[in-house]
Amino acid sequence: MFIINCPYCGKRDQVEFSCGGEAHIERPKQPTELSDDQWAEYLFMRKNIKGVQFERWNHTHGCRKWFNMVRDTSNDKIHATYKMGEKPPIK
Amino acid sequence: MKNKYSIFSLIKNALSGHENWQRAWRDPEPKKEYDTIIVGGGGHGLATAYYLAKKHNMTNIAVVEKGWIGGGNTGRNTTIIRSNYLWDASAALYDHALKIWEGLSQELNYNVMFSQRGVMNLAHNLQDVRDLKRRTHANRLNGIDAVWLNNEEVKKFCPIINTSSNIRYPVLGGTLQKRAGTARHDAVAWGYARGADAMGVDIIQNCEVKGIKRNGDKVEGIETTKGFIKSKKIGVVAAGHSSVLANMAGIRLPLESKPLQALVSEPVKPIIDTVVMSNAVHAYVSQSDKGELVIGAGTDDYVSYTQKGSHNIAEGTLKAILELYPIFSRMKMLRQWGGIVDICPDASPILSKTQIKGLYFNCGWGTGGFKATPGSGDLFAHTIANDEPHKLNAAFNLNRFVSGDLVDEHGAAAVAH
Repeated sequence: MFIINCPYCGKRDQVEFSCGGEAHIERPKQPTELSDDQWAEYLFMRKNIKGVQFERWNHTHGCRKWFNMVRDTSNDKIHATYKMGEKPPIK
Repeated sequence: MKNKYSIFSLIKNALSGHENWQRAWRDPEPKKEYDTIIVGGGGHGLATAYYLAKKHNMTNIAVVEKGWIGGGNTGRNTTIIRSNYLWDASAALYDHALKIWEGLSQELNYNVMFSQRGVMNLAHNLQDVRDLKRRTHANRLNGIDAVWLNNEEVKKFCPIINTSSNIRYPVLGGTLQKRAGTARHDAVAWGYARGADAMGVDIIQNCEVKGIKRNGDKVEGIETTKGFIKSKKIGVVAAGHSSVLANMAGIRLPLESKPLQALVSEPVKPIIDTVVMSNAVHAYVSQSDKGELVIGAGTDDYVSYTQKGSHNIAEGTLKAILELYPIFSRMKMLRQWGGIVDICPDASPILSKTQIKGLYFNCGWGTGGFKATPGSGDLFAHTIANDEPHKLNAAFNLNRFVSGDLVDEHGAAAVAH
């Protein structure tokens, strides 16, 4: 449980948000040409990092906008939040 | 050779003030090389080593554990054992485990306190009723005991449940598996450890794996905090940390690790003699032999390796418990904890070979791995020893995410994941 700094609304309790999983997974540009292996990779395989991870979150009970977050999953510390389409502030 | 535990050994040791009990397993230093290394000394890992030694005559085995055995999810679950899964593959898998549970204390000469007190799953809306009835029929076709109980039968089976029609989510009925129940989770790890150790398996605690060494498409060994250990076969049974180990080997898994929470209350006199699970309102409760209510809450919906769990998740479960069991309104909760569960997209486990020769993964048990411990160990041992899955775990291969042949137990398995 933590406080999340929504890029649109500011600091709010985590219960207002829902997590949309790993960020920056690109949708295949040519879906019809994908092999089964590539589909499995896109649909199911996840980094599931213990450490700093990039995620998508939605401010479900607030502005309802999607944004990205850099969070350390080993201690739940949030390093940054940034809007969709922006470059991650941390590598 | 280990001394057998019996009434005579108990009397003998009582007379000498319990000071001469033999230690249950050795504390060896790792050898340079093993035929097989099991990474992860939880129930599943220890059971795997036990069955490798017992059924496949492989005794040059090590179990490496970063902390102490049974200190992960084996010691953090709510100890529920059942096999009432919807799909054929899952029903066969979990009932295989349940059958082993029924004779496990005798086999291990270690009391795992397996108690077939029944597991009841409640229905709170019409869709629940349809789903649970369907599951009951599916279970019976698979030879698994399951009955549907109406509202009055639920009340008769567990009188403290509030079955009145004027609560937010009224109880419309439920299913009961009488062969299901609970076991003492630590004893399962200790019993398997003692049994495996007696057959020569080295259990190496406080030994963290730092890397998995590959030579092309074959494994060669593991880098640990106690040095490099060589082995041509490595079985990884690391639950929430499976992705971390897969990353060391350079393979990808379809897992997400999330904290799953549980709580226990102060101990009270016997009040509930079964296990009651409610999927819709997410409240699971049973009573331990010490008298504590053992309550299972939900998972946080984000990846985290912190063994905590959010307060709002526990609060939601306790609200549901209070409405269903008004008698618990003054109970105090003593302890709360989280365990990191590795969840697959189809909420079914992976017991599988990988694209790397000699590397096997047993993971993805998600929120319900404890019940499968003996079966998982047995089948994973078979998979490692023969380099081929057993027919009972063939469906639970890693390739199903490529072929699309998923075993979708989300919502079907009598539990909300």
